[in-house]
Amino acid sequence: MSTSNCCPPPKEETPCCPSLKEESASCCPPPAATDACCAPENDSAGCCPGVSDDRPGYKLWPFVSAWLDSPVGQIPQVATRLTPTDIVGRWQMRWGLGRSRYTIAPGLYAIGTPSDDSPVLVTANYKMTFDIVRRDMRGHDAWLLVLDTKGINVWCAAGKGTFGTDEIIRQVQRANLQQLVNHRTLIVPQLGAPGVAAHKVHKACGFKVVYGPVRSNDLPQFLRTGLTATPDMRRVRFTIVDRFILTPVELVSMWKYTLWSILALFILGGIGPQVFSFSAAWSRGITAVAVGLLGLFTGAVITPILLPWLPGRAFAMRGAIAGLVIGVIGILVFSASLDWLNSLALLLAVAAVSSWCAMHFTGSSTFTSPSGVEKEMRQAIPAQAAVLLVGGLCWLAAAF
Amino acid sequence: MSSLRYLENIVTLKLDTEKCVGCGMCAVVCPHGVFTIEERKAQVIDRDACIECGACAGNCPVEALSVKAGVGCASAIINGWLTGEEPSCDCGGSC
Repeated sequence: MSTSNCCPPPKEETPCCPSLKEESASCCPPPAATDACCAPENDSAGCCPGVSDDRPGYKLWPFVSAWLDSPVGQIPQVATRLTPTDIVGRWQMRWGLGRSRYTIAPGLYAIGTPSDDSPVLVTANYKMTFDIVRRDMRGHDAWLLVLDTKGINVWCAAGKGTFGTDEIIRQVQRANLQQLVNHRTLIVPQLGAPGVAAHKVHKACGFKVVYGPVRSNDLPQFLRTGLTATPDMRRVRFTIVDRFILTPVELVSMWKYTLWSILALFILGGIGPQVFSFSAAWSRGITAVAVGLLGLFTGAVITPILLPWLPGRAFAMRGAIAGLVIGVIGILVFSASLDWLNSLALLLAVAAVSSWCAMHFTGSSTFTSPSGVEKEMRQAIPAQAAVLLVGGLCWLAAAF
Repeated sequence: MSSLRYLENIVTLKLDTEKCVGCGMCAVVCPHGVFTIEERKAQVIDRDACIECGACAGNCPVEALSVKAGVGCASAIINGWLTGEEPSCDCGGSC
């Protein structure tokens, strides 16, 4: 490889001390962005005198435990033990709170005390991803090259292309990786592969992409066995624990629909023989909201958990079946206070809402194809709408 | 977990065995074991397991694979319908 390959385009020119808008993780990172191979020798000493942890306008991330000297400047070394704050942050993410800003600065980090022949791992700048990787790499020495995926996890970012060929090349050059390590191998998570063309990365920056395991907790074994992955390490799973963990975020993501639906149900609940009754709006509305929430819970929590045991392939079908079963149970439990119109309304509404919510769980699942999801939606949405409409009419009719 | 199977006969994955050089990258990157390599040629052994993520096609050095890649996510597809753009995972961080 000629040196020209490692020269970023001129617009990449970065001042020696990064400006404030630059990433804040490294309080004053070395001038890594100015490639030593093309830029004239940089007088870093004069510009960034002895990096200290305290600089005006910068805040050091708590996970930076030290600064390592390297041929390309000082690199932040990260802790491999998670703190309570990291764990609280992870819980927040599982509930969908502030997910769009749970990011860390992209660039190069050190795990342990890596040397010039330590492996280079590539990951995303979603902080939950970064935390899990550094935790799983505890006790190992490696370089961690964090791509700018705008705070999105590896798999989703690969689908969008932000975890991708161009971004890998950019970060390899920015970190001056050629100067740092004596090998030319990048370990890229396998789920990054939809966004990465290994042969193009190699052509552009001389680094060979080796796809690592799907799950970072297999990394130590993968490294120990000379970068070989067992078939199991290469397979995506979707265990009951995985599905359970993903249900809160599914519920939270539906809150907008939920609030509008609740409002609509209270208004519709008031319609009756006296045209509109506030007491009926309250009493019938609250029952209808309970039915709606039962459908939501069945489709967004029960169906995902019971997914492999529910009949049917399409998620909408599995959700509808779960909804019918739960609906029948609901009718039996409340049989004393339900007439036949209200019972029918409950059954149809729970089935339709559950089917709709279950269909949305395709996005959290690991085994659905876009062609398949589109096909099931084209069939399911009209059916869901029709069933919900009939259920709603039964409920409205029951008021008269 | 064998019943975690999705719809049949729907995926757009295509393999051109003529072009295939048997490098095995598709089998490496596929998260669902769709491929195997036999006698220096890739073979599709579990087509319906394909999720059309596009990893195999993007990493095939000789363009022997093609697939209409995308995200298998209802919200993304609805977004695509509403905005008239390609379905994308911009679902407010819920993916």
